[in-house]
Amino acid sequence: MIMTDTQILISIALLTAGTMLTRFLPFIIFREKAEVPKFVQYLGNALPAAIFSMLVVYCLKNVQLLSGSHGLPEFISIAFTTALHLWKRQILISIAGGTAVYMLLVQMVF
Amino acid sequence: MEKQKAVFKALKAAFPYTIPVFTGFTFLGISYGVLMTVSGFPAWCPILISVAVYGGSLQFAAVAMLLSAFAPAEVFAVALMVQARHLFYGITMISRYNNTGWKKFFLIFGMSDETFSINCSTKPPEDIDRPWFMLWVTLLDWAYWVGGTAVGAVLGNFITFNTEGLDFAMTAMFVVIFIEQWLKDKKHYTAVIGAAASVVCLLIFGADSFLIPTMLCILIMLAIFRKPVEKAGEEQ
Repeated sequence: MIMTDTQILISIALLTAGTMLTRFLPFIIFREKAEVPKFVQYLGNALPAAIFSMLVVYCLKNVQLLSGSHGLPEFISIAFTTALHLWKRQILISIAGGTAVYMLLVQMVF
Repeated sequence: MEKQKAVFKALKAAFPYTIPVFTGFTFLGISYGVLMTVSGFPAWCPILISVAVYGGSLQFAAVAMLLSAFAPAEVFAVALMVQARHLFYGITMISRYNNTGWKKFFLIFGMSDETFSINCSTKPPEDIDRPWFMLWVTLLDWAYWVGGTAVGAVLGNFITFNTEGLDFAMTAMFVVIFIEQWLKDKKHYTAVIGAAASVVCLLIFGADSFLIPTMLCILIMLAIFRKPVEKAGEEQ
């Protein structure tokens, strides 16, 4: 390690400050008693569906389609999770099933 | 006595929703603890970071920065950029986290991707105290992450079980939450906007820097298509 303990601690404090700024800022700007602008209210309703799409893509961002396993384990496991979920609608079963399939695929097949 | 019962009931209702996070965070937390100690940091370092920062993607990205020369401005800027997506979570949860009293601070402090997704998409049964339900989800997820990190940092060298692929639990959870949202909506404008913006920006900007352009695209598209999106929301 190049940094001294103090420098490490300052760096950790800055990582924390940056993170907490992004988490607290909306709540600081729109305090409890203040009227939230209509556009922000609209965003609050419209954003979740867009965010969930973004998070799925975010999880898959490092998948290489052109090399290695071509993203097949991910694709198959997501298809399996989706099918299982549409069939049973049991959140935990879908997640456990999809994860088990993925582990089998990456450990034994690909 | 009544109050204690309500608190415990909320815990019992919240726990099952956090099981996928338990799996993913324990595994990823252990990986993080091991990576940090193998990189030469004392065990308290990753544990403190997991307690205070509590953000997996930033923590992994910061390992290299903590091993380099002291660069405070850069560290702060990277933290803001990697974590910018939390701004969206905050905007979405403003009304839901209102009137939660002293719990509000921790609800916001501990709002990771996973905690946000559960608290945003789950409506606990009528007889469950909702602020307590959300606080338990937040607390449990955070504890899994810190616990995993501690195990990895202290016992890392003794773990031999083949866990490759276990972190897919996180992806599967987001997929399931996405499907639930999709089935709930009659029209899918915003889900499609989010997916299109993410994929296009990922192709243009690459894996390490596509999130902020994606967020800007989503905001612009939601502003442009406000009329049809609002109308679709009212029809539900």
